[in-house]
Amino acid sequence: MQIHDTPALKAEARNLNFYYSEKQALKGINMPIYDKKVTALIGPSGCGKSTYLRSFNRMHDLYPGNRYEGEIRFFPDNTNLLSPDVDPIEVRMRIGMVFQKPNPFPKTIFENVAYGLRVRGENNKRTLDDKVEHALKGAAIWDEVKDRLQDMAPNLSGGQQQRLCIARALATDPELLLFDEPTSALDPIATGAIEELVHELKKRVTILIVTHNMQQAARVSDYTAYMYLGEMIEFGKTDQIFIKPNDKRTEDYITGRMG
Amino acid sequence: MKPLTTEQIRAVIAKGKFRDNLFKAVGVFCLAFALLVIVALIADMLIKGSERFTLDFFLNFASRRATQAGILSAWVGSLLVMLVTALAAVPLGVAAGLYLEEYAKRNWITNIIEINITNLAAVPSIVYGLLALGIFVYQFGFGQSILSAGLTLALLILPIIIVATREAIRAIPAMIREGSMAVGATRWQTCRYHIVPYAMPGILTGVIIGLARAIGETAPIITIGALTFIAFLPPVPFSEIDGGATAGMFDWVMSPFTVMPIQIFNWTSRPDPAFEVNAAAAGFVLMAMVLSMNAVAIYLRYKMRKNIKW
Amino acid sequence: MSANNASDLPTVSNRLAFNAMRNWKERLIEAILLGAATISVLTTLGIVYVLVSESYSFFQNVSIIDFLTDTQWTPLFDDAHFGIMVLISGTLVSSGVALLLAIPMGTIIAIYLSEFANPKVREMAKPILELLGGIPTIVFGYFALLVVTPILQFFLPSLPGFSLLSAGIVMGIMIVPYIASLSEDAMRAVPMSMREGAYAMGSTKLYTAIHVVVPAAISGLAASYILGISRAVGETMILAVAAGMQPNLTWNPMEPAATITSFIVQVALGDLPHGSIGYQTIFAAGLTLLMITLVFNILGQWLRAKYRENY
Repeated sequence: MQIHDTPALKAEARNLNFYYSEKQALKGINMPIYDKKVTALIGPSGCGKSTYLRSFNRMHDLYPGNRYEGEIRFFPDNTNLLSPDVDPIEVRMRIGMVFQKPNPFPKTIFENVAYGLRVRGENNKRTLDDKVEHALKGAAIWDEVKDRLQDMAPNLSGGQQQRLCIARALATDPELLLFDEPTSALDPIATGAIEELVHELKKRVTILIVTHNMQQAARVSDYTAYMYLGEMIEFGKTDQIFIKPNDKRTEDYITGRMG
Repeated sequence: MKPLTTEQIRAVIAKGKFRDNLFKAVGVFCLAFALLVIVALIADMLIKGSERFTLDFFLNFASRRATQAGILSAWVGSLLVMLVTALAAVPLGVAAGLYLEEYAKRNWITNIIEINITNLAAVPSIVYGLLALGIFVYQFGFGQSILSAGLTLALLILPIIIVATREAIRAIPAMIREGSMAVGATRWQTCRYHIVPYAMPGILTGVIIGLARAIGETAPIITIGALTFIAFLPPVPFSEIDGGATAGMFDWVMSPFTVMPIQIFNWTSRPDPAFEVNAAAAGFVLMAMVLSMNAVAIYLRYKMRKNIKW
Repeated sequence: MSANNASDLPTVSNRLAFNAMRNWKERLIEAILLGAATISVLTTLGIVYVLVSESYSFFQNVSIIDFLTDTQWTPLFDDAHFGIMVLISGTLVSSGVALLLAIPMGTIIAIYLSEFANPKVREMAKPILELLGGIPTIVFGYFALLVVTPILQFFLPSLPGFSLLSAGIVMGIMIVPYIASLSEDAMRAVPMSMREGAYAMGSTKLYTAIHVVVPAAISGLAASYILGISRAVGETMILAVAAGMQPNLTWNPMEPAATITSFIVQVALGDLPHGSIGYQTIFAAGLTLLMITLVFNILGQWLRAKYRENY
């Protein structure tokens, strides 16, 4: 059932299962991620949306006992991100991530943003300067920090830290950007700034965002997926999911009868 | 900068992984080196000292002839000093820890006590020796006795016991305290019947580690002037001593003494290599005492972690 | 609480009397416990009192200028000189050797255990390090003189039987467990989210450890180094046994030399009358030692405050 105006695929989960040792956390997930679009993952806490998100950049490989089954295909090269032959580090170099709580490194603002470039072996001062400035502008924080790039990043405010973390992820031109409830630790004003930024960013990069806040999903995303108990219940255009969900369970969640 | 090609990225990753593995090898080497030192130490003393591991070695006094010299006065001295140390340090340390965790209000007195305990832990042990020389030996007139040595080491390990007590108490959840207070127990009753018993394994671990440290301490005891050549034992309570008099219950605490580490120091610093054998044998005995105490403490802590689930 | 009146309930006055006694007992116990806690403060006061008062008598006889600038240390000779620099040089050289070994090695072990080793290795390694840290220093002294020195002489034939080098090396081995254990604690306290941030950028383990975890734990690392320095400066028996006890103003670790601590031991082994200048000398030396460790501790606390983690 191919829809006519479907944009190009950036990634696609195919029959994805995930296990924390014995406990199955994701059950047979199939879902497309469209190129240069924002896709939101919603659902009650513990539904597996963060687990799903963290499968994309293989964060689960950091802890022993975790196990994937199935595939996440990544385009245009059609790589299976979860294949044991694919190096998780290589995956992470292509896919950026922004975390729930801002986690700037204990370094200067400049070095935080330059971090990913240095990891890639880039040490040319001019290149770093250009890239850092570009990334900070892209994260809409340049004007606030341009005069104090040598200050320690942990001294910034929470909202600034989170935008710095976005700049850090942007500096290496990721193909896909993962957001794991990026505003849950922020006040409403900082949240608004981040949401605006996400809107701006989708011109450049594909975005997958986990959010606990349905209004946020409605505001920022083009597509929305509702997850429940490790399963993908419903996926569709955001308007459709919020106005006319097909599944009773999605409707219950969205109208606040559950969760 | 153009985006890196896949090949370039893979080269960067390969370099990084090579460094990871190199570091891993260095890390394992360093750990193995630490292990090797322990093994080498024990093996050296065991092999060199093996000819002295006879009953006589444990039952003879020090002597000018290496083959006849033994460690009787040293191990008896060490045990008696430890007895005094434990009797002084355990009640004081537990009481202080209890006060700081359960009673102390957040005020400047508490602050001073806490800062002080942290800093005392960094004071070199020989400085405790100087304190004891000035205060216990001369000011209080305890002389160069078991009492002076025991009290000195008690002060030295007091911070260890206080810290262990506090950590053990801190691990007890507030609901235990609240439960006890809720049925009308006073603070002291709560401490006596709940806090201290539950904290006991942790306190015990700290006490053993403290005593293991104390039994190996040499410098402060040399500083108070412990003798290195002792060919008698402290008087046994109510035994007959020279001249037909009877020794008092506590005469032994005022007796001159020597301890294991001093005996080893004495033998190590003699030019005659025959005494190296004695030093090795005595060193092995001391190591065995210290390591087994530490092993008990480590085991206790391990068991505690396994058993207690609040 | 026995209540024998008709209603089987304590009268109000009975109950108040009981409460009053109970409060009195509680207060007494609290006072006793407070007394125990103040012993540590008294210990500090005692240390300061003893060192300062005996040093005061010492400085009645010896000028502070001579003490700090004289290049000879012969307190027990007829022609007595009291140049503490002679002892300080031995202390600094041996501590330098020890720290040159212990800081890199302790840090490497800490990074390895906290970032690389699997939990089983870590569970095994920590107790081994603790055992190493629990070995009595006199045994290390024996080891330095009778095992390490001959090994070193094999490579460095000119090394004398007593040297700061071999004492320093063994002292370093002794300090490794302290630094490794404290540094590892500090690194493990760094929240996982920080590491995840680094890994998500595509860093390798070592890159994450060096560029993110170590900077995040820097105040804890500094504290462990400071403790290592305190241990080295205050270490006594290894030096008394293996470094020789002759005063020697030198910066060469290949030579034998006395340190502040080994001098105190040497004097204490002899029979100095209470109140003599020789007796007072060891307190002046002890005061110097305490000042040095105090300086490092203040430095450590300042560093900690400056780089306090704000995760």
